[in-house]
Amino acid sequence: MLRTLSRVSELPIIVKQLQKNAAQAGVAKTNNYATEATVQVNRPFKLHRLEEGPETTVKLTKDEALKYYTQMQTIRRIETAAGNLYKEKIIRGFCHLYSGQEACAVGMKAAMRDVDNIISAYRVHGWTYLMGVPPLGVLGELTGVQSGCARGKGGSMHMYCPNFYGGNGIVGAQVPLGAGVALACKYKGNGGMCLALYGDGAANQGQVFEAYNMAYLWKLPVIFVCENNNYGMGTSAERASCNTDYYTRGDALPGIWVDGMDVLAVRSATEFAIKYVNEQGPLVMETNTYRYSGHSMSDPGTSYRTREEIQEVRQKRDPITSFKELCIELGLITTDEVKAIDLKVRKEVDEATAQAKNGTELPVSHLWTDVYSNNLEPKLRGTNGYDIDHIQERKGVNH
Amino acid sequence: MLRSRLSKVACAAQRAFSTSPKALAAKQMTVRDGLNSALDDELARDDRVFLLGEEVAQYDGAYKVSRGLWKKYGDKRIIDTPITEMGFAGIAVGAAMAGLRPICEFMTFNFSMQAIDHVINSAAKTFYMSAGAVNVPIVFRGPNGASAGVAAQHSQCFAAWYAHCPGLKVVSPYDTEDARGLLKSAIRDPDPVVVLENELMYGVAFPVDETVTDVDFLVPLGKAKIMRPGKDITIVAHSKAVETALLSAAELAKKGIEAEVINLRSIRPLDMQTIFTSVRKTHHLITVENGWPQHGVGAEICARFMEDPAFFELDAPVWRCCGVDVPMPYAKTLELNALPREPDVTAAALKVLGKK
Repeated sequence: MLRTLSRVSELPIIVKQLQKNAAQAGVAKTNNYATEATVQVNRPFKLHRLEEGPETTVKLTKDEALKYYTQMQTIRRIETAAGNLYKEKIIRGFCHLYSGQEACAVGMKAAMRDVDNIISAYRVHGWTYLMGVPPLGVLGELTGVQSGCARGKGGSMHMYCPNFYGGNGIVGAQVPLGAGVALACKYKGNGGMCLALYGDGAANQGQVFEAYNMAYLWKLPVIFVCENNNYGMGTSAERASCNTDYYTRGDALPGIWVDGMDVLAVRSATEFAIKYVNEQGPLVMETNTYRYSGHSMSDPGTSYRTREEIQEVRQKRDPITSFKELCIELGLITTDEVKAIDLKVRKEVDEATAQAKNGTELPVSHLWTDVYSNNLEPKLRGTNGYDIDHIQERKGVNH
Repeated sequence: MLRSRLSKVACAAQRAFSTSPKALAAKQMTVRDGLNSALDDELARDDRVFLLGEEVAQYDGAYKVSRGLWKKYGDKRIIDTPITEMGFAGIAVGAAMAGLRPICEFMTFNFSMQAIDHVINSAAKTFYMSAGAVNVPIVFRGPNGASAGVAAQHSQCFAAWYAHCPGLKVVSPYDTEDARGLLKSAIRDPDPVVVLENELMYGVAFPVDETVTDVDFLVPLGKAKIMRPGKDITIVAHSKAVETALLSAAELAKKGIEAEVINLRSIRPLDMQTIFTSVRKTHHLITVENGWPQHGVGAEICARFMEDPAFFELDAPVWRCCGVDVPMPYAKTLELNALPREPDVTAAALKVLGKK
């Protein structure tokens, strides 16, 4: 493959052939450093009931490259730290890691506007961070200390922040909830939409289809996103679904299949989808992705798939590595900049991990704090009698 | 027949109070109209309020509770749903999380079982799980309990199931004042509230004065009402069973026994203070409910007496009158025998009083 490189700063477009990604790229350069590039999305989108799909030629600026890389790397480090904390038995209960799926969340977030919303299931540590909670807010919630974003009262599956509705433990429940958030956007006329995420396992839930149906009838601005990582716990997609083309399961609803390991493809698809749902009605987006860990920390993840399969994805399709290599090839970031980000992220997450480990839990009085926004119970019952007074600290965002 | 018996009961209740000009000026309003006017008031008052459910819009409501509202407020505020309870209850809860004030109607609470995950896990628990960040100001309402001849799958009382769960509030109106005032309070409340109406009461008219028809009339959640004062025995009931209790009080009065009838109005919170105060006066208590006995409302009241000094005010054990512990049959005689009637309540009262 030939590479032609011209370093004349007034030439806006330079065509480059990339070996690894077989992508067509154009680069805008000033002062011999690229500030913007044009990239061809690697794997084509698949469309269901759509004449036109998302843009396959996308722009990427240096700032965006740094941002997406930093975000994906931070999520990866948070998840690694969480896995280690779990093995040390400092995180208890459930812990579902997002490692391998980073490009989905980062790509979607990149397309979201301030007015947009997102709701997902339990594999949400990465989303919580992207929606504005610092690593300590995530890790502290996992270790159950006060610095957690729900002060330790929610745990891994119940993290919330503005425009992010969790963190939901019941498989599939978040899908109609997300359609409801979209209904609120339309009702209020704020131009916002809601991403309602679920996995290949949840995709067969009846309430998902109920949500599709009503969203279509009422033209709700909701993007139903199936993050298909090929396994619902230990059951492969083929063993659980009669139709594994999840982007077509909306039937009358149009659908898009996206390579979920390609952050730019996910971003492009989400931009298209946001415009579509605001103008026409709901659609279904399937991001084909992969999780390196088991379903949760109690699952080694090797009884139902081979180690070779996991290794192959790590080597050939890792979302962070391939994005890094792309950006370096395009001249948007240097290996030094990458190293600097890696160090910075590691330091930040390591500090947060230490604080999460050493943090203090809420005092016991929080057991009976904020059960109700408007408490009317004269006394709450403790284990042995009606001897507790409800404490009100907060009223809630919808008071 | 039912209406004339009820107007007798209503008169009996009224005779206990002085006939003020206000009472004389009272007009009649059905429970249905009480609910309808409550919905109308709150839709007009707060733009965030909307109603969704099966047949609530163009059909005017399966039981006509939402009659006229779609014509007045349109598609945005009154939304017909497909027959998909889990889906539309989830949508309603999501809308509440995002700042609206939905009223989610279940055509009957039997169908709420399909959606119960959203009532409990999505609505009731969220404020606590989020450490007070996200409250869910939603109302779930609809007819609860036995109707007439609708058989086992359509006759269950869900008071005990919902009242079991912290994070929820549960109310169970009896008359028009209850229905109108409790529904308005429920809609204005920032927490999830379950409003258990009763289909057989929808068509029953009660006198209401202009305080009740006032646009800001509210009945507070968590407070019971003394329907009929008395000194000899306390009878506690909720929803349709209040009527049974009042009929029994009238029968007991013929025997010279003055029963104090308490209408719970709320199941959660349960107004035990009103019941304790009453028992400090009467020293005898029976509970009446149409729901099943095991783990029911009456069972809870008994347990609370065990754990309170008011226990020592009792001169006899508390006794419960409940629906018979069987699925509701269809055949008329069987159905009639499946729920407590006045003779059952009167017999229980006499037994607790040690009289024949």
